[in-house]
Parts: sequence; C-alpha cells; structure tokens
Amino acid sequence: MSVAGHAPPPFFKRGPAPLVRLAFFVSLSLILLVADLRFHTLEWARLAVATVAWPLQRFAWLPIDVAGDAGAYLSRQTSLLRDNEELRRRQLGAANLLLRQQHLEQENLRLRALLDMRARLPAEGRIAEILYAARDPFSRRVIIDKGSQHGIAAGQAVVDDIGIIGQVVRVFPLTAEVLLLTDKDQAIPGEVQRNGLRAVLAGAGAGMMELRFLAANAEIQVGDVLVTSGLDGGYLPGLPVARVVKIDRDSSYSFARITCAPLAGVERHGLALVLGSRTALPPQPDDAPAIPEQPSRGKRAKKKAP
Amino acid sequence: MQPIHSSRRILLPVKNWFIVLTLFIALLLNLLPFGRLPGIPDWVALVLAFWCVHQPLKVGMAAAFVLGLAMDVADASVMGQHALAYVLLAFAAAGWSRRVLWFPLAQQALHVLPMFLGMQLVMMTTRMLGGAEFPGVLWFLSSFTATLLWHPVTYLLLTPQFRPEDKDVHRPI
Repeated sequence: MSVAGHAPPPFFKRGPAPLVRLAFFVSLSLILLVADLRFHTLEWARLAVATVAWPLQRFAWLPIDVAGDAGAYLSRQTSLLRDNEELRRRQLGAANLLLRQQHLEQENLRLRALLDMRARLPAEGRIAEILYAARDPFSRRVIIDKGSQHGIAAGQAVVDDIGIIGQVVRVFPLTAEVLLLTDKDQAIPGEVQRNGLRAVLAGAGAGMMELRFLAANAEIQVGDVLVTSGLDGGYLPGLPVARVVKIDRDSSYSFARITCAPLAGVERHGLALVLGSRTALPPQPDDAPAIPEQPSRGKRAKKKAP
Repeated sequence: MQPIHSSRRILLPVKNWFIVLTLFIALLLNLLPFGRLPGIPDWVALVLAFWCVHQPLKVGMAAAFVLGLAMDVADASVMGQHALAYVLLAFAAAGWSRRVLWFPLAQQALHVLPMFLGMQLVMMTTRMLGGAEFPGVLWFLSSFTATLLWHPVTYLLLTPQFRPEDKDVHRPI
C-alpha cells in the first residue's frame, strides 16, 4: 500500500486478471448455451456466421473434392458398364410399376373428386446431394447441397429410394441440415403397414429407432414394416420408415420396448430427395370443451369408437 | 536440442501474422468433412493450446472464445459449446505455461493431455445436460491423437523462430 492509500500503477498493463477474464467468457458462453438450447433464439447469428464462412468451407473442401474427382475419373470402365446394365434392368422392372402408377393416380383423382375430398398433394421433390455428416458427435445430422436459394424450407421430409431418412431442420442459403431419423430428438408419427396400428417412432441413437408408448400386448410382430401415417401434416402418408427387429414384452412395464431398424440408408451417403412441404392441415380442434361429464355411479363410461 | 526453457536454445520473437495464419489453417483443417470418424484431432484446440502455452500474452481466452463460436457454427452443434470448452482450455494452458515449458516435449504432452480430456468432458457434460446422446468412448480418442501430435506440432510451429546455430567462440550464448 502506498502512502496516499491507493495502489501504485502497475508496470505492465495486462488488462483484467485471468480469473476475471475467465469468469467473463465462461458466463458469456453459458448465456449462449442456454439461449440456444432452451430458447432457440440464436438462429439468426448462426445464419450470419454460416453465410460468411461458406467460401471458407468450400475452400477447405477443395482437396477432398479434387481427390474425389480423381478417384471417379480413374474408376474402371467395367464397373461403369456393370452399373449401366444394372440400372437399365431396374428401370425396365420399374417401368411397369410407373405406367400403372400414372393410371392409378388418374383413377384415384377421379374417385376422390367423386367423393368430394381434398385432392392429395402431388409428391414433388428436389434432388439433393448429401455433402457430409456434421462433425457434431452428439447428434445425427447430415448436410445437403441445397438451401433456401433452391426453395428448401425447414420441416420438409428427406427420402432416398427406399424410405424416409430424415427431416430438414435448419436452412442456410446454399446448404441445409437434415436431422436423421436415428437422432434422439427426432420423432415421426407412423403406423404398422399390416394392420394400421398407429404409434410414434423416435430415434434411439446408434443407428436404431424405437416405437414408443405401445401397450405390452399391442398387436405387432418382428418384421412388421412401419410407414408414416401423415397425421402430423409434415410427412406424406405411406412412406416406409422402419422395420421392427426386436420386441421386448416385459409385463413389469406398461409399454412394450420395441426396437426398429430404419429401412432407408440413413447412415449412408449419396443422393436424396427433399419432398415439398405439404399445405397446412386444417387447424387442430381446440381441446374438448370441458363438459362436466360425471359418469353416474355403477355405470362405466361408454367408450366411443374413434 | 529441444526448444524448451531448460535448454540453452534461444528463440527469435514470434510474428503476429504467423499466429493468425496457423490458427486459420487449423480452422480449415477442422472444416474437413471427416464425419464421425474417431481419432481425428481437434486441430484448433491443439494449435490454440500450443500458442496459449508459448505466447500466453498474445493468445488467450478472447481468441479461444471467437474460435469456439466459429467451430460451433461449422460443426452444427449448440452455440457456446466449443466456446466454453476452448475458453477453459485457454485458461488452463496459459496458467500452466510457465510450468509446462520447463519439461521436455514428451512430458509437455503429458501435461497437455488432461487439458484436452477436460475440454471434451466439458463439451460432453453440456450436451448431455441438453439431452443429447452419449457419443461413445471412441470419441475421446481424439484427445490422445492430439497429445501424440504435440511433439511434431511444436517443431513445426516454432520453426520460424529458430535461428541458425552458429558457434561463436567470442559470444557466450
């Protein structure tokens, strides 16, 4: 302490003490974490940084792109010929179905018009290439090479030639992030193709999915194929999603533990089709008006058929 | 002779543009699309820890925070996850720098390993509190790869500061 009662000026100016700086930056990061995890309010900042960093990212991929191009150039002609033949055979096989599909769609339209139902949306799509899997090891996401400039919007379903692989969750100008079906945060309304039993499919991590909240005695078998039910208004109904691989009916739990494997090549890379958004469904009915319905004693409330 | 404090090797002063350039190159290396391949080191963390140990007055928590935000966007992870981990890494590295630099390079790497592991633990804790899935034990392999790279990276990043070893009998140093 100096005579005048205040500390002498330091020899070297180094700014605040390390602990002060640590507290400042840690609290700043924690605020960011909470704002992003809890309130999802940082998408604009992410969009801005991603747009600025896009050229940088392309620059970083240059060596990978060049290597890939070189590999493709050097691929053997025999493999190309084989692929061609295989594709031609598959096209012939599919032509029959395609022709009948057109016929069926026409017929369906007429029938629907007869029934005075809203015409089902034609499934339109946009082909995108899966660029790479996001590096984040805590979630299952891939980046595709189409973004808001190409008309992609968050919420659209992404399919490959077999079934659904995920849903667009974040859109940048030239790229978009697709949350895969196997992510823990992803849930999709499905139904069993065989008997129309509805349930919610959720990602379970590690490349698997689980069918949640089905009673232990639900009528479901190993090998059942699950398709989208279209109830959420996000996915078109009838798209294949997963196949049941294991059912664990433990009577000590009220729900069966049902493990499913996704049908589409969810963890593989290649081309994908981003389906157009569906028009919004009519608004959900409000919660049932609170009818003071007291079942009279001795009688059981009648179950209404859905 | 190793470029550490206990050796008699004297280094030239570092150039600021070289620090910026190396951090930028590390960021580019982190942007390479390796996907979920285990054992790929976090280049930004490695180079950041290196400069925090060697130049704690020039590179510190502010740089760590900015780089962390860039990585958060590039990785499509939660904003603040890398920023928090890098800031803690920079604090630990700068705090230990006076101690670490007296050891030979192999033992320096052993000092750096817990910092990298702690950084990954911080990231995992924040994400799992947010409800993410466990990334698997193999994910921690990248810390060990980064530790193995400490020796070559030290020589690589200090090369511009080396000066020719001309023995002059008239000068003591």
